[in-house]
Formats: sequence, structure tokens, C-alpha cells
Amino acid sequence: MRSFSYECPSTLKEAFRLLSAPDEAARPLAGGTDLIIRLRDGSIRADTVVDVKRIPDLRPRIEVEGEHMTIGATTVMTDVAASDLVRHHFLALAEAALVVGSVQIRNRATLAGNVCNASPAADTATSLLAFGAVVVLAGNDGTRRLSLDDFFVRSGMTTMRPGELLTSIEIPLPRSGTGSVHLRRTRRRGHDLAAVTMSCVIDGDGATRLAYGSVGPRPVVFADDSGTLADPTASDEDRSAVLSGMLAAASPSPTSMRAAPDYRLAMLNLLGRRAVTIALERTSRT
Amino acid sequence: MTDHASSVSGGTSRRTISLTVNGRARSLDVAAHHTLLEVVRDDLGLTGAKECCLVGECGACTLIVDGRTVDSCLMLAMEADGAEVTTIEGLATDGHLTPLQKAFLDHGGVQCGYCIPGQVLSAHALLSNHPHPSVAEIEEGIAGNLCRCGCYRQIVDAIAATAGAGEG
Repeated sequence: MRSFSYECPSTLKEAFRLLSAPDEAARPLAGGTDLIIRLRDGSIRADTVVDVKRIPDLRPRIEVEGEHMTIGATTVMTDVAASDLVRHHFLALAEAALVVGSVQIRNRATLAGNVCNASPAADTATSLLAFGAVVVLAGNDGTRRLSLDDFFVRSGMTTMRPGELLTSIEIPLPRSGTGSVHLRRTRRRGHDLAAVTMSCVIDGDGATRLAYGSVGPRPVVFADDSGTLADPTASDEDRSAVLSGMLAAASPSPTSMRAAPDYRLAMLNLLGRRAVTIALERTSRT
Repeated sequence: MTDHASSVSGGTSRRTISLTVNGRARSLDVAAHHTLLEVVRDDLGLTGAKECCLVGECGACTLIVDGRTVDSCLMLAMEADGAEVTTIEGLATDGHLTPLQKAFLDHGGVQCGYCIPGQVLSAHALLSNHPHPSVAEIEEGIAGNLCRCGCYRQIVDAIAATAGAGEG
């Protein structure tokens, strides 16, 4: 690995100073499961690596604050997956966190890092989108909140500004009776990147949010507020039409190694149907 | 350390870290870009953990840090400042294998041996947190440890036998 310097600031202010230093490429380090690989293969060059894990504002935490749950920036996947609070309110997110990498990866990888890395195949991105998550971004110019949908741009690209850090993720508590699920398609069991990721959230009134990834430059989310998709009495034709409309944004890469576009689209449809069925079973409506 | 790194203004390209390795307090002068794996192998001479894929896929470099398994090829040594690290060398005491290590031998879980330190540490951590795992839970617990000899069946049997015997 090419050499760099390492800083471990204890305040956000110090981190912002390090990250916005002119003439130096500085990179924040949380879990490192993406960053270290890319520093080693040279696809990212850094003069300074800024370890953010000893900043109290970014500490690992999963807490209900008023109408939302807050997940601290350095909270690792293992803790997201095992959290009773997450499992109770956001089962799809717990399911997604549990399929990231392997035990060793989940013990280091952070939820915030998975989001900031902005991979189209990020497992947790679709569930966070489906639950309407908001990212809290802080920098020298203050703090701002952005819906995750407005955060993702394309693979590896977000609307985060230079010198900013994602300090926490806020997810509005769902209404009681909400059901959710995360599904994925991989080539093999064990750990693998997904060829399709799919999350579905259906609330007590039948409003459905469907988010999917790995079939385009970024994960996307669509809502069916008509209630048709979640209505067991609606005709198959009507429900298929709504689902097809929601899945129409998929445009899988023809050059990806993991799966051919036709296969991904077929699996997208299948997982979409399956996700709606399971999420519906998990609502308190049935 | 290159001239470039030492010229970075205010940066820390070398630092002394303190950590506990296999129960023994250590103080080490490490470079910022050296991984925990490199320091454990090259500076401490604990060569049980192996360098293999370097992308967090194979688990040959697995170590236990503060009670949790990590791919030590993806962790900077400086991140381990203050941590408690267990390597495969830290399991046996006075030359006596743990029941888990013995089970790996008894069940023929070891062929070439390259992945075994990682497999054993993953299994050790699994059983520490979850003394009676199902076969599915064992398989998930070692999903981050690849074995190119294909000894998975024997490895799972060894872990299951250890769990069944009520020992970690």
C-alpha cells in the first residue's frame, strides 16, 4: 500500500479541518472494508486518512429520538442486524445488514459507509430508501438533512460536499402495522455481491414503497399510494401493471460480470412479486 | 516510510500504538499504511494469520479484535491502538490445544492448513457468542472463511461436535 498519514481526531471540527485541508487528498475512514481495498489497489489515493471512529458525535448508537430512529455514523452492520429496535421497526434493514459480506466484514463495515460508498448494489441502500431514511451531513458550513433519495447520484457519486461527513442516519418510525422485507439475488450462498437487491415496505393502509438496486447506476425507490399493489382483492392484471410501472426504471449494465441484463430483469420482477407478498404477510392487515 | 509521507504537513506517518496481543501488553512503532495483519506477522512474528486475497473475501487473515472477528488485511494497525487482539497462537495454552482445535484434527478438517487459523478463530468467536449453533448458523459463521481444499463438511462437523460437547 502506498504510504499516507493517519489522523484520529476527537472532534468533528478537527475532522472537518483535516478533510478540507487544501492541497491534500484526505479520506475519512470508518470501517475500512471498502477504503483499505481501494487504497491498496490504487483506485483511491490519499495523503491523509482521517479515522472518524473516536469522534463522540459519530459514536455507534441506535436510538429512538421522537418520531425517528437515529443510527450513528460508526455503527457497524453486526449491531444493526442484531438490534431489537431495528428488528422491531425496520425488519428489512436488519435483514439487509445481515447479508452484507461475511461476519468479519459486518463486524467492521458501517451502515453509513455502505451509504456513502454509493454502490448500486449496496444491500442496505434499498431498505433505507424504502423506509424514507434521511442522512445528516455536517461540515464547516453547518449541518443539513437530505433524503437518501436526494443523496444518491450514481455509482460512487453522492451529493455530499467536499469536507462534509455523514454524522448519522435518521429513519422515520413507521406507522404501527407496517410490514417490510429485504430480498436479494446472488450467484451463490455465503458472501457475494447482489445481482438484484429489493426492499418492500407496506404500511397499515396498504401504501407500498418498493426500492431496488444493482439494476442501474443507483438504487431507486417508487411508491404506490393507490393501495392496489397491497390489495389482495385487486385483480392480478391491475397489480401486475402497478408493479411493472414501479420496476420500469431498471436498466442493468450489459457489461457487468455478475449477471446478464435479461436475467437481472427477470429476477427483479420475481423478487418484486415475492417482496410484496412477504411484506404484506408481515403487515398487521392480514 | 517514503519521503512523500514524511513530508505531509502535520500528518502522522508513524506512531507508537499500545495493544494487548494474546493477553500480553505490547507497544509497537507502526507505519500508518501498515495493516494489523502486517504488524502481527512481520513485527510480532505471529505468522498463523495468513495474507491471501487482500480484499476481505477469504478470511485467511482473520483475527479477533475486542471480541469480534475481523479481516486484519482491511484494518490499519493504528486502528488497533488500545485493542485486545487474539491470534491463533493465543488459543492453545502450554501446548494443549483447545477442544475446538482438537476437534478440527479429529474430524480431518485440516488439509493444507492455510485457511485453518482463520477458520478456527471464526469458529471460536461463533461459539463464544453462540454456544449451541445450528448447522446453518455454523455455515453462516464461517461463510467469510474460504477453504480451497474443500474441507467444509469436516470443518462444520468439527465445530458442531465441539458445540455438542458443550465446550468452546
